[in-house]
Amino acid sequence: MLSRIAESLFWIGRYLERADGTARILDVQLRLLLEDPWLDEDASCRALLSVMGHPVDAARVDPVDGREMLELLAQSDAPSSIVSSLAAARENARRAREVVSTEMWESLNTTRNEVVAGRWRSRSPYRLFAWVRDRVAVVTGIVDATMSRDQAWHFLVLGRYLERADMTARLIAAQDARGGSGAGWPLVLRSCGAFEAFLRTYGAAASEDRAAEFLLLDRLFPRSVVHALLEADACLAQLSTDEAYSAARLVGRDDARRLLGRARTELEYRPLAEVYADLGTHMDRVQRVCSAASDAVAQRFFPGGKATAWVREHS
Amino acid sequence: MYRPDGTPRSGYTSLHQSLARLTGEELRTRVETLARTYVDQGVTFDLGGEERPFPLDVVPRIITAAEWGVVERGVAQRVKALEAFLADAYGARASVAAGVIPLRLLLSSAHFHRAAAGIEPANGVRVHVAGIDLVRDSEGEFRVLEDNVRVPSGVSYVLENRNSVSQVLPEAFSAEPIRPVGEYPFRLLNALRAAAPEGRSDPTVVVLTPGIFNSAYFEHALLARTMGVELVEGSDLLCHDGSLFMRTTRGERRVDVVYRRIDDEFLDPVTFRADSVLGCPGLLTAARAGRVTLANAVGNGVADDKLVYTYVPDLIRYFLGEEPILPNVDTWRLEEPDVREQVLDRLDELVVKPVDGSGGKGIVIGPDASHAELDELRSRLVADPRGWIAQPVVALSTVPTVIDDHLAPRHVDLRPFAVNSGEEVWVLPGGLTRVALPEGQLVVNSSQGGGSKDTWVLGDRDAPPTMPMRAPRTAHAQPMAEPDVNPDDSRGHQQQQQQQINPGRSEC
Repeated sequence: MLSRIAESLFWIGRYLERADGTARILDVQLRLLLEDPWLDEDASCRALLSVMGHPVDAARVDPVDGREMLELLAQSDAPSSIVSSLAAARENARRAREVVSTEMWESLNTTRNEVVAGRWRSRSPYRLFAWVRDRVAVVTGIVDATMSRDQAWHFLVLGRYLERADMTARLIAAQDARGGSGAGWPLVLRSCGAFEAFLRTYGAAASEDRAAEFLLLDRLFPRSVVHALLEADACLAQLSTDEAYSAARLVGRDDARRLLGRARTELEYRPLAEVYADLGTHMDRVQRVCSAASDAVAQRFFPGGKATAWVREHS
Repeated sequence: MYRPDGTPRSGYTSLHQSLARLTGEELRTRVETLARTYVDQGVTFDLGGEERPFPLDVVPRIITAAEWGVVERGVAQRVKALEAFLADAYGARASVAAGVIPLRLLLSSAHFHRAAAGIEPANGVRVHVAGIDLVRDSEGEFRVLEDNVRVPSGVSYVLENRNSVSQVLPEAFSAEPIRPVGEYPFRLLNALRAAAPEGRSDPTVVVLTPGIFNSAYFEHALLARTMGVELVEGSDLLCHDGSLFMRTTRGERRVDVVYRRIDDEFLDPVTFRADSVLGCPGLLTAARAGRVTLANAVGNGVADDKLVYTYVPDLIRYFLGEEPILPNVDTWRLEEPDVREQVLDRLDELVVKPVDGSGGKGIVIGPDASHAELDELRSRLVADPRGWIAQPVVALSTVPTVIDDHLAPRHVDLRPFAVNSGEEVWVLPGGLTRVALPEGQLVVNSSQGGGSKDTWVLGDRDAPPTMPMRAPRTAHAQPMAEPDVNPDDSRGHQQQQQQQINPGRSEC
């Protein structure tokens, strides 16, 4: 398939997952601001913005409140906001319109039309978040139910899981940076639908490092960092099968797989206490690796992304 | 909510401001959203075989930190006294010997079960969960209306109400430090684990439900889910070799603690009702052998018998050597002949309740009753004076409630929940506020058209609760990178621009 099309599919996967992940992260933060009266609003909003890649200038004196944070991360034109991500997913689908099923296209298109109309500004943010999760679930469902399991599908799913590892890492880092009473962990679990799964595995008496462990390391829970890294790796393995140097022999020849595999083993085989003691740094590393793996995928599969520039020949 | 002069009472000031800012239209939208939340989430109770959403009013009820301090200490005191009384009633009966309570009263209680004698709770706890119903009289003082130490229900609505109201009325939340209620399942699970038979390092806890047709099934499922334990029905259990097991896909698994939400009479057909299909044969034998703990314990009903209730202040003095913190509602014992005569003369101005009822069943409110009803009641009282008590009509406090787009005062009560882990009696900050929706109605039970309110216990912003706090780690935080974007996205713009410069191109 065309590199350009593959690239679009990869980014549809990433943008959709980003909208979903950002909605979940914001949901936790806003609920905590309501439910934990002892949480410092200014400090926790700054911490979250920093985790999301929008650090507030440390010299700024006036406090940052939930409203400002919500505006920036959900509704602004900033490239990674929820609204921008949904719009970008749709733009990428438009570029790959010929391989995207009509059902999927329409679903992406109506989603984007709703957010661009700006109707959400006046409504409750919780309903926005729930709606975003629903829409992403619908598109994901259509993708899984209608797309052939060919290269196109693998690129899209690769994007989804790379972004999921990134987003779950930020979710964990956000909870770690927020501090507070530890009452946040149940909400964090709830926000990614993991609460029941977690309780059934560990019981309600489990401590907060168990919650971090679950979201980081559980191989069976589909939103955990390790699960996402495993799935991304599986997609890359599928995409490499027709190569001369078969993935079945030399995993390390594939930069993206090497990066992801190393990050995953770093997490899985390091004592949890070490990871937990410095969650922020470890999550930052996961995030960087996802970004680097994304670059490696682009270099290998989507070459020639740079516009050609003509240079006059010297006579 | 208001003082006599019309200004908001302490604690209600900022809620009042938030509500005052809402127009009637906005209020209606909020109310509709709230109603839809409960339908969507399936927060229902079963009434006559029909699932109905439990009506939740959007205006919360607020209790200040000082008021709550009294309730908290009073409820904990009461639970401790009832624990001591139960241990005594099924044990040495020192309180009977001391003349605090008549033996006849114990033995004649419908919920005194001989089968409970000899079942020694592992950590001494019989009342793992209690719901103490309180009302606020015309003087503003909280009084105990009744004790529930068998299977008190309603805590799921406390948890769900908070979730829903925080989404619908967020602006009021941010103004006040409201003590969170979410730790209830953790506290309950800890108490249940602490009650496990000795020597079980990692006890298996289950919630035993009568099944989906029970009116409180939603609550059973919620508690099992939030504690992360199995929700079992009687048919999932079996007893052999003196122990209790549940049937799983990986074979039989031993059960150590049963948080049972079915009545004593249905627990074990071998001991109680032989026709019960809800329980498990042999359960009581296993409990007596100390192989499994039942929570709450069998036979607790004797402590919430409404005639025993009249002795609770004396029991507090006798067992704890303290004065009761929360007074009872004045109550007449009909077994004393001259008291009975007085009551019979004034039936039309009193409330008469059966001693073993719950859920508002069988209550006759004198001022509302017809002559025929009163005559019938009179003959029943004379025939069975042990079975009834009489109380004055308490002028319950009111809280504003949304009725057809505007706020109107409606009567409320309060059921705080206490969890006894054996080491401490913890009282959930809040509790279930039930509200009688028909105007002037004094019975607040959900089976009688009652709704509920979220109950806010105000905290002290400067004195956070006991949970360990960790400062935000902003210092270490190297900001993370902003998420990547597809470099191709911007090339699209270039393309677009060039196409617009040369519009003819697209037609080639």
